[in-house]
Amino acid sequence: MIVAEQKPLAEIKSMLGDAERILIVGCGTCVTVCFAGGTKEVAVLGSALRMSLQLDGKAKTIDEVVVQRQCEWEYIDPLLPELDKYDAILSLGCGVGVQALAERFSGKRVIPGLNTKFMGMPTQAGEWEERCQACGNCVLDKTGGICPITRCSKQLLNGPCGGSQNGHCEINGEVSCAWQKIWDRMNTLGLQEQLLTVQPPKDWSSSRDGGPRRIVRDDLQLPKEYQD
Amino acid sequence: MDTAPELKIVAFCCKYCAYKAADLAGSMRLQMPPELRIVQVPCTGRLDMVEVLHAIEEGADGVMTLGCMPGDCHFLQGNLRARKRVEYVKRLLDDIGLEPERLEMFNLSSAMGGKFVEYATEMAERIRKLGPSRLRRSANSEPRGYREDHLEFGMRKLELENETAPPEESPVCHHNTVG
Repeated sequence: MIVAEQKPLAEIKSMLGDAERILIVGCGTCVTVCFAGGTKEVAVLGSALRMSLQLDGKAKTIDEVVVQRQCEWEYIDPLLPELDKYDAILSLGCGVGVQALAERFSGKRVIPGLNTKFMGMPTQAGEWEERCQACGNCVLDKTGGICPITRCSKQLLNGPCGGSQNGHCEINGEVSCAWQKIWDRMNTLGLQEQLLTVQPPKDWSSSRDGGPRRIVRDDLQLPKEYQD
Repeated sequence: MDTAPELKIVAFCCKYCAYKAADLAGSMRLQMPPELRIVQVPCTGRLDMVEVLHAIEEGADGVMTLGCMPGDCHFLQGNLRARKRVEYVKRLLDDIGLEPERLEMFNLSSAMGGKFVEYATEMAERIRKLGPSRLRRSANSEPRGYREDHLEFGMRKLELENETAPPEESPVCHHNTVG
C-alpha cells in the first residue's frame, strides 16, 4: 500500500493562502489504513484548522468529505456539483489523488495535505516499513522474497557488502542488512546455491530512471473508434 | 452583576470506573464543581480524537477523560489507547494555539468517589485560572451545532451516487420465524 504522512498543521495553513472556502477531501483506501487521510483524519484536521484559523482571526469555511478512492475518475466525479461552493480543495489523498483532483477539476486549486512517503506495509500496529520501490523488474524470486532494491541501502544485487555487521547495515544500527536476511531466508528454503549465480548490473530503464511510466493493456480497451 | 461567562468542562467518564465513581461521589453527598458536564462512554477507548476536538470546537473550556486504572480497564486496553490519543490531542492543541492544559486524562477506580471530586475540582480550578477558551472569546456567536451533515456528505453519500439505484422493492424474502 501507499504510505503517507500528514503535513504539519502550520505548513497546511500557510498553503491555504487567500482561499476562504475550503473543502478537505479524504480517501478511503491507502491513506485510511495508514491513518493519514481517512474519515477520522479528515475530521480531526477540519476541526483543528477551523479552530486555529478562528484563533488567528481569519476564520474560513472548512468542509469535509471523503471519497472511496481519489485516484479514479469515477470516484471523484460526484464531487463536481459541490465544488462551486469552494475556492480550493485540500486533498488528504496520496500524490496520485492530489493530481487526479487537480486534473479533473482544473479550475480549482488543489493543495496537498500529505507527504506521500513509500510503498510499504504495517509491520506492527502503528509502524509502517518500505518494501517496494517499483523498479519495474522484480527479482524477488532470486532473493527469497526480500527486495534488495528497497531494503539494501546500496541496492546491491550481489550482496552483502563489507558493511554488513551482525545482521545490520552500517548506515544505522536499526536497519537490517537485507542480504543477511536474504541469505538466512534462502538457507531456510534450501536454495542458498542459487546465490552463487552472479547477477548482471540492473537495467534501470524499467524504473523511474527511464522516465514517467505508462502501461497500456490493449485487451482491456475498446477499439479506438468506440472510445469516448 | 457578575457577567463572567459560565465555564464548561466536559468530562468523558467510562461506564465501569469513572462514571460509577462519580455516582458514588453523589451518594456520598460530595460537592462537585458546577462547571462539570459528565458524558458517559462505555470505555475511554471509545473516544476518538474527533470527539475531544469537537467538544473544544463547540465551546468547551476544558475536557477531561476519566478511565479505569492502567491495567484494570474493563475492556483491557481501552484506557491505554485513550491515554495515547489524549497525549496526541494535547500536542495538536498546542499547534492550534490553545493551551494543552485544557485537556487532561485521569485514572481512577469505581470505588474512588472522593478522588473523582478531587480530579474534578483540580480541573475546575485549572480552567478558572485559564479563563474561558479563546475560541469562545474570539467568536461572538453561539456554539455551532455538531456537523453531522459533514458525515452525510461523506463516504456513504458519494458511494451511493456511484452505485446503480437499488431496486424499488427488496427482492429479499423475509421469513417470519415466529414459532
